[in-house]
Amino acid sequence: MKRNKAWLAPLLSVLFFGLFVGAWQLATSSSSDGELPPGMDPEYAALLGAQAATGGQSAMPGPGDVAARIWEHVKDPFYDRGTNDKGLGIQISYSIARVLGGYVLAALVAIPLGFLIGMSPLVYKALDPFIQILKPISPLAWMPLALYTIKDSNTSAVFVIFICSLWPMLVNTAFGVATVRREWLNVARTLEVKPLRRAFLVILPAAAPTILVGMRISIGIAWLVIVAAEMLVGGTGIGYFVWNEWNNLSITNIITAILLIGLVGMLLDHLLAWVARAISWRE
Amino acid sequence: MSQPFLKIEGLKRQFPQPGDAAPTPVFEDLNFGIDRGQFVCVLGHSGCGKTTILNILAGLDEASAGHVIMDGREVRGPSLDRGVVFQGHALMPWLSALKNVEFAVRSRHADWSREQVRNHAVKYLELVHLGEALDKKPAELSGGMKQRVGIARAFSIEPKMLLLDEPFGALDALTRGSIQDELIGIVEATRQTVFMITHDVDEAILLADRIVLMTNGPRAKIAEIVVNPMARPRVRETLHQQPEFYPLRNHLVDFLVKRSRAFTPGADWDPKNPPLVYPGAPDRAAA
Ligand SMILES: Nc1ncnc2c1ncn2[C@@H]1O[C@H](COP(=O)(O)OP(=O)(O)OP(=O)(O)O)[C@@H](O)[C@H]1O
Ligand SMILES: [Mg+2]
Repeated sequence: MKRNKAWLAPLLSVLFFGLFVGAWQLATSSSSDGELPPGMDPEYAALLGAQAATGGQSAMPGPGDVAARIWEHVKDPFYDRGTNDKGLGIQISYSIARVLGGYVLAALVAIPLGFLIGMSPLVYKALDPFIQILKPISPLAWMPLALYTIKDSNTSAVFVIFICSLWPMLVNTAFGVATVRREWLNVARTLEVKPLRRAFLVILPAAAPTILVGMRISIGIAWLVIVAAEMLVGGTGIGYFVWNEWNNLSITNIITAILLIGLVGMLLDHLLAWVARAISWRE
Repeated sequence: MSQPFLKIEGLKRQFPQPGDAAPTPVFEDLNFGIDRGQFVCVLGHSGCGKTTILNILAGLDEASAGHVIMDGREVRGPSLDRGVVFQGHALMPWLSALKNVEFAVRSRHADWSREQVRNHAVKYLELVHLGEALDKKPAELSGGMKQRVGIARAFSIEPKMLLLDEPFGALDALTRGSIQDELIGIVEATRQTVFMITHDVDEAILLADRIVLMTNGPRAKIAEIVVNPMARPRVRETLHQQPEFYPLRNHLVDFLVKRSRAFTPGADWDPKNPPLVYPGAPDRAAA
């Protein structure tokens, strides 16, 4: 049998990364020779402006440019020079705060409500049609309604996060609670365990892994949605930053922000995966 | 005649059938009693309704007709007076062995200190020789160890009566033997009243003072109640040397193989009062 080489996968990762950066470098340096990119209409190029047309500085930056820009942001993440020029650290903090705000509110509603729904087959059946219809609605569709009723763009963004985080947690909690093994409930019954104690010491730990699956799906969706929501409401946040840099045509900043979005999303997911491992149980 | 500790009268259970088919009772008109301190086994083929009876005794299920009276009061729901060892061990996998037992102890003694609860739980786990495995999760225990935790949990609430549903069904012969011996040990020490389901003849002979024989379902009945002629304490190693052993064993095997399927009640067979049978000692039956 072959020995399991633990270092092989990371080595390959580094290799792939090198190949990718190399290809990127090649692709961007070849188009910066002053010629029009092939297939581009000269008139259209003129409309776009001299910089894009000539590529005096390539519209698509190379890896070196992006690395330099990332370094700038890392050195000074929290500068604040007015509405449209804030450090990436500040922008991402706004986004994280909105996501956590909406997410925690959603958890506070979804988990107790899911508990009640899961405990009662009658309530489950009665609420099921509403959940079925509300669940597939794109959270961004709520945005105009939120802006109209709440009138505050920041609160509206939090509300959209709340709505999109709600359903996976609600549905999973209800399912987890409804499918707790009968034998554990019977043990609790023969021991005359009081309802509250049963809820916290039997049903909650039994359903916890299923609930955590819902929480993990929710944080993923919330992080996807916040970027779009902030593009819509504007003002602050990483989504707004991306939109603003698009208007500034600063591709390096956009790429930097994209990497940061991915990084934070991964960290949020890992955090919940870690919690899920801590509360999971094996039979 | 004084009333037995536990009395079952006219017990019947039927389940609603899919569609409008008329339900056939799983069993009907069961009558028997258990005295305080007695160990009673129910022997019958799979599907004759043994678990259903036990669930009704535990208060987890309701009879379609008839009732169960324990210690002068009708059984109307689950109670700490009856400890149950389930057919699957039913331990909570997120709790250690100790915590599983503590959960039960805490349910009985809400006013005890943490220390008291722990000591009590440890005492019962040591009784089933699990003093070394207190902090192991069920997933880290063998099948026999899990079943012993289940037994410790049921005993730890010191119920008036113990209900065991094939507690050793899933175990190999060797483990089964050693846990049976442990069970005998604690039952002797606590003079516990026990109702146990099994379909192992030798287990019934070793453990039971009385063996209730059930016919096959549906419409299962109690054919007879066999009295174990061998006095307690019964010891596995020497049991089969006693003269009463083989007549008793043959009688039980004969019932399971032949009579349970085609049970034809005699003229004097009365479901309200199933006959007591003394295999190997026919003279006692007349007495
Ligand atoms: N909830 C239920 N709904 C419908 N039928 C049931 C239900 N529970 C049990 N039964 C039926 O009742 C009969 C007796 O079941 P029970 O579990 O009591 O058998 P058992 O004697 O314990 O069998 P085993 O030895 O295999 O454990 C079976 O035919 C089963 O199909
Ligand atoms: Mg059974």
